[in-house]
Amino acid sequence: MATLKKETLLEWYRQMFLIRLFETKCDDLYKEKKITGVYLHLYSGHEATGVGALAALRPSDHVITAYRDHGIAIAKGVDPKPIMAEMMGKKTGTSGGKGGSMHLASREHNFWGGYAIVGGHLPLATGIGLACRYNETDEVVISFIGDGATNNGYFHEALNMSQIWDLPVVWIIENNLVGMGTRIEDSSGQTELHKRAIAYNMKDAGRVDGQDVIKVNEVVSQAVEYARTTGPVLIESMTYRYKGHGVSDRSYDKRLADELKEWLENKDPIQLLAKTLKAKYKGIQKELDAIEQQCAVDVEDATQFALNSPDPTYEDLISNVYVQS
Amino acid sequence: MSEKMLPMREALRIALREEMLRDERVFVMGEEVGQWQGTHKVTRGLLEEFGAKRVRDTPISEMAIAGAAVGAAMMGLRPVAEMMTLNFAFLALDAIVNHAAKIHYMFDGQFRVPLVIRAATGWGNQATATHSHTPEPIFAHFPGLYVGCPSNPADAKGMLKAAIRDENPVLFTEFIALYPKPGPVPDDEDYIVPIGKADVKREGKHVTIVSFGSGVDWSLHAADELAKDGVECEVIDMRWLRPLDMNTVFESFKKTNRCVVVEESLPMYSFGSEIAAQIQENMFDYMDAPVKRVSAMDVPLPYARDIELMALPNADKVVAAVKEVL
Repeated sequence: MATLKKETLLEWYRQMFLIRLFETKCDDLYKEKKITGVYLHLYSGHEATGVGALAALRPSDHVITAYRDHGIAIAKGVDPKPIMAEMMGKKTGTSGGKGGSMHLASREHNFWGGYAIVGGHLPLATGIGLACRYNETDEVVISFIGDGATNNGYFHEALNMSQIWDLPVVWIIENNLVGMGTRIEDSSGQTELHKRAIAYNMKDAGRVDGQDVIKVNEVVSQAVEYARTTGPVLIESMTYRYKGHGVSDRSYDKRLADELKEWLENKDPIQLLAKTLKAKYKGIQKELDAIEQQCAVDVEDATQFALNSPDPTYEDLISNVYVQS
Repeated sequence: MSEKMLPMREALRIALREEMLRDERVFVMGEEVGQWQGTHKVTRGLLEEFGAKRVRDTPISEMAIAGAAVGAAMMGLRPVAEMMTLNFAFLALDAIVNHAAKIHYMFDGQFRVPLVIRAATGWGNQATATHSHTPEPIFAHFPGLYVGCPSNPADAKGMLKAAIRDENPVLFTEFIALYPKPGPVPDDEDYIVPIGKADVKREGKHVTIVSFGSGVDWSLHAADELAKDGVECEVIDMRWLRPLDMNTVFESFKKTNRCVVVEESLPMYSFGSEIAAQIQENMFDYMDAPVKRVSAMDVPLPYARDIELMALPNADKVVAAVKEVL
């Protein structure tokens, strides 16, 4: 904390606030039927985990995640405009309108994508880590993992393989306590998920308060340095999902009313950082206001960009099935 | 062109070795590929020559073998992942069809997945129900993936090289029964059998026999038998199930107006079904007889030798099928 500059904290504040506004806008646009389809998984509530973790990376480092990927794309530096365009299935989207909200990616940012088969991206992270070592670089990969994904075979196989080959992978479980709707205690024999590291003789970085961006960054930074030089690390970040599993989950606020209230009022990552900043820097409110206003402009610009972008065509439908030689 | 008589497993080994020498990005990973020297000895000697970085023994983790190969390929490496047998690739079906096959399209061309998944296929000696699949058509169902299966050592070398050098993911299957069978193999280090090109193994004018892998030998034996009665069969080895070289089949069919499809796979939703469907859709005016399929029987394969053989195709069944369409 002592070494963190004010500018760094404000940048994290900006990213978290931008993600929150972006996700809120997506929710609105879905209700207005501007974003369509059956899937839209919002990152609201998780912001500190994504932002704090990715701030530990160099631009040359890699990240991969599951389908709750909007916030990860923003935190890795992808422009909100093509992200929003992808939400709307536009040709200007990150994936040309072919991927949708679950399949954002940006090669130039080393963001290797959002994936929609639970656990399916975990061995891809192992393979990316393998390539980092194979090419004798000191790059690392962060792979986010939902708590629900820790119970399928991909998790076991991918983590074990990363350990036997000492690969530079930082595995971060985003534990928001529920799968779609099933509670962690009803799906995992061991509910302290970081302890899964023991099974692989992997470095266990323990549990971190996933709502505290400063703590997340501290733990992940140490893990990233360990991964660069030594091997994989498992971290469990305790966080909470403010919205339903996806937009089709319409009963989450009734189902989780008391718990949701507690997290919103006392553990909100954006409010926590604002509180820290205000205690540390007098008169910072003006700067926070300016950041929030700029975020609102950015989200509105992204929305207009997406609304005004062209739809993909028949040529897009049939292109990139194969690499043409 | 100089050539040597070699068994198919040796032709494959040479192809792997030459590609590893040619391109530093090529590496082998899979179950028992290193210390054990490969379950079918295709990777024999490679660990000693190239070391553990490029010949990687893996845990028995099919999902992670395929998935890690996808990730490494996206990063620009050229993994050749061995599944030991195609029966085990069912465990990796998601990594193969949802990830290897779709990532290039799903992210609109941002990533390439230039990997090869090798796996032994086919019925063995009483290997029983779970070890006796020939499920190439399942994998060939999915756009984004190429599927190849050689019928002889020369093709094995040229097809595997083509697969390794291609920018797309390829499922490459090798019939266990063909591993020891010798054939002439070109020495040329750049001997390539292009992806998606079928091979007319024997010319004839009375009936077209379309096959791949183990079915090619049965078809050629059947053609020899039928020739004694004056029936001239044209035998086409498709070599690749995807892309499927239907033009070669159509050109032959225009001449023969009759077709028998021979495959070791099960009959429902099969290679034979696809060939038959495409012929009736495109060649209806040329048809003089229904397309006949020779496949395995629609049962799981049993252990007992006599009834196992009863369930499987062979040259006699091909002869009988040709006689039906004449």
